[in-house]
Amino acid sequence: MKRKTRMWSNLSAKIASVPMLVTAIGVFVLCVVYSIALSFTRSRYFPKFDFIGFDQYVRLWTTDRWTVSVSNLLIFGLLFVGFCLLLGFLLAVMLDRNIRMEGVFRTTFLYPYALSFVVTGLIWQWMMDPALGIQNVVRNMGWESFSFAPLTSTTYAIYGVVIAAVWQGTGLIMCLMLAGLRGVDREIWKAARVDGIPLWRTYIFIIIPMIRPVIVTSVVLLSISVVRVYDLVVAQTGGGPGIATEVPAKFVIDHFTERGNVAIAMAAATMMLLPVLLLVGPWVYNEYVRRVRA
Amino acid sequence: MTQTNPAVARGRKPKKMSPARYGLYGLLVISATFFLTPLYVMIVTSLKPLEEVRLGRLFSLPADITFDAWIKAWSTACTGVTCAGISPGFVNSVQITVVSVLISVLLGAVNGYALSFWRYRGANVLFGILVMGAFVPFQAVIYPLIVFQREIGIFGSLAGIVMVHCIFGMPIITLIFRNYFSSLPEELFKAARIDGAGFWQIFLRIMMPMAVPITAVAVILQTTGIWNDYLLGLVFGGRDNQPMTVQLNNIVTTSYGVREYNVNMAATILTAAVPLVIYFLSGRFFVQGIAAGAVKG
Repeated sequence: MKRKTRMWSNLSAKIASVPMLVTAIGVFVLCVVYSIALSFTRSRYFPKFDFIGFDQYVRLWTTDRWTVSVSNLLIFGLLFVGFCLLLGFLLAVMLDRNIRMEGVFRTTFLYPYALSFVVTGLIWQWMMDPALGIQNVVRNMGWESFSFAPLTSTTYAIYGVVIAAVWQGTGLIMCLMLAGLRGVDREIWKAARVDGIPLWRTYIFIIIPMIRPVIVTSVVLLSISVVRVYDLVVAQTGGGPGIATEVPAKFVIDHFTERGNVAIAMAAATMMLLPVLLLVGPWVYNEYVRRVRA
Repeated sequence: MTQTNPAVARGRKPKKMSPARYGLYGLLVISATFFLTPLYVMIVTSLKPLEEVRLGRLFSLPADITFDAWIKAWSTACTGVTCAGISPGFVNSVQITVVSVLISVLLGAVNGYALSFWRYRGANVLFGILVMGAFVPFQAVIYPLIVFQREIGIFGSLAGIVMVHCIFGMPIITLIFRNYFSSLPEELFKAARIDGAGFWQIFLRIMMPMAVPITAVAVILQTTGIWNDYLLGLVFGGRDNQPMTVQLNNIVTTSYGVREYNVNMAATILTAAVPLVIYFLSGRFFVQGIAAGAVKG
């Protein structure tokens, strides 16, 4: 009897949670399972459940475009995460030195984050145009051999994408780091000054270890956006020249749309999902699920 | 943007400008230049006639300012088959954004409220799955959603794309509201329960009026996020609901003969205008949204 009333007492709450239930289970569990299942089939344009084992994965890893995409993702990811952390931290430190017009500088560093990746990609494509962009301006000033047109070179194009991404993403990290720095206890600074520890040592050996949670959050966030990078590449290089700037996210989309090869696209999507689950799973559990119970 | 963080700067207060201080300001100005240059180039290029653009003086101010590129970008530039400029995309983006933001914020608020005060069995697990969902790459979910939407016949329609935005926005908006409602005193809720108020009454009469600031944060986060989306608009927008970002990319990649850089730049600014205006006007809320919703990545 008691159990029954309890079940009814929060009936409205349960009904109100139906959209959440449908999204969590229906999309983030069932759709993911469906995608993974399709990766073991021979589906072309439409889903077809004729299982063939790991054939698609073998094919995937012997496809040039995929291996190039993965190595691009690693290069891009390392440089993007590294530079965003470094620049974001340095900017936050500079803003935290009691400067004038802090708000103006902060607004300036953060505004690119409000833009669409498509916009960012197009702006930087224009800046890096070999005939009309920065390269041409510097050459006109007299430095004839100056060269800055990464997007025309198969070797350097990916670095051009990194520059655009760092331009857009640094502000976010600056913002998070600044919040972290402001959370450091004032007494720490006093103690360090009394002990005569030089400023740079205070930052490296005392402050950085203290803001470790912020750094971990930043790394997780940046890594997620690395795996997701798609629009930026589409707008800035279209994956070119050739396949020089292809990325896994674009591989998946292109293969289940214009190339009509759903199965291999889903195999690629599953490969994208793996590192995310391995990396983020424990972090989410730690940050959200466990804290809720505590 | 001056009130982002109430805490004061922790650096030592300088007595007078030392060389190090000059160096500090020098570095800040150089950094600011790096961030501002692309915006500056975009604006001046869009105001130049094409002949002047071709001179390749990227940083020079326009000799004679003209808004022709803006007019063309808005109303006559070609996006693939049609040549009506980017304005249809603007209308589509407004429709998609308004409807999606309304629904997704409302859903997120109800979810957060239910999770905070009506802890039914399995709520934590459900929430854990939902938060994981914020990290799942779209690519692992999009195809099944296409299949599903084709089945029920809403693929390519406004309803279809709104549904997708609500799905992908739900984890972060729910998280924001749940964190907010969890910080409210439990007694508030208990008192209302004792007075006999039900689920919806408490939500509408007590919780939502208190949640106005956090709702503003959620609305801003979702508006910029959905406006800036490209991938979902491309895949789910179909022919009739392409958002502005997709049309922008089409304008730039569709070029017959000469590439009109000034028109491209004008179209780019027009697309960026909405989130930029929101950013500059909303300052504090935008930054709070980032802090709360950085998960969205």
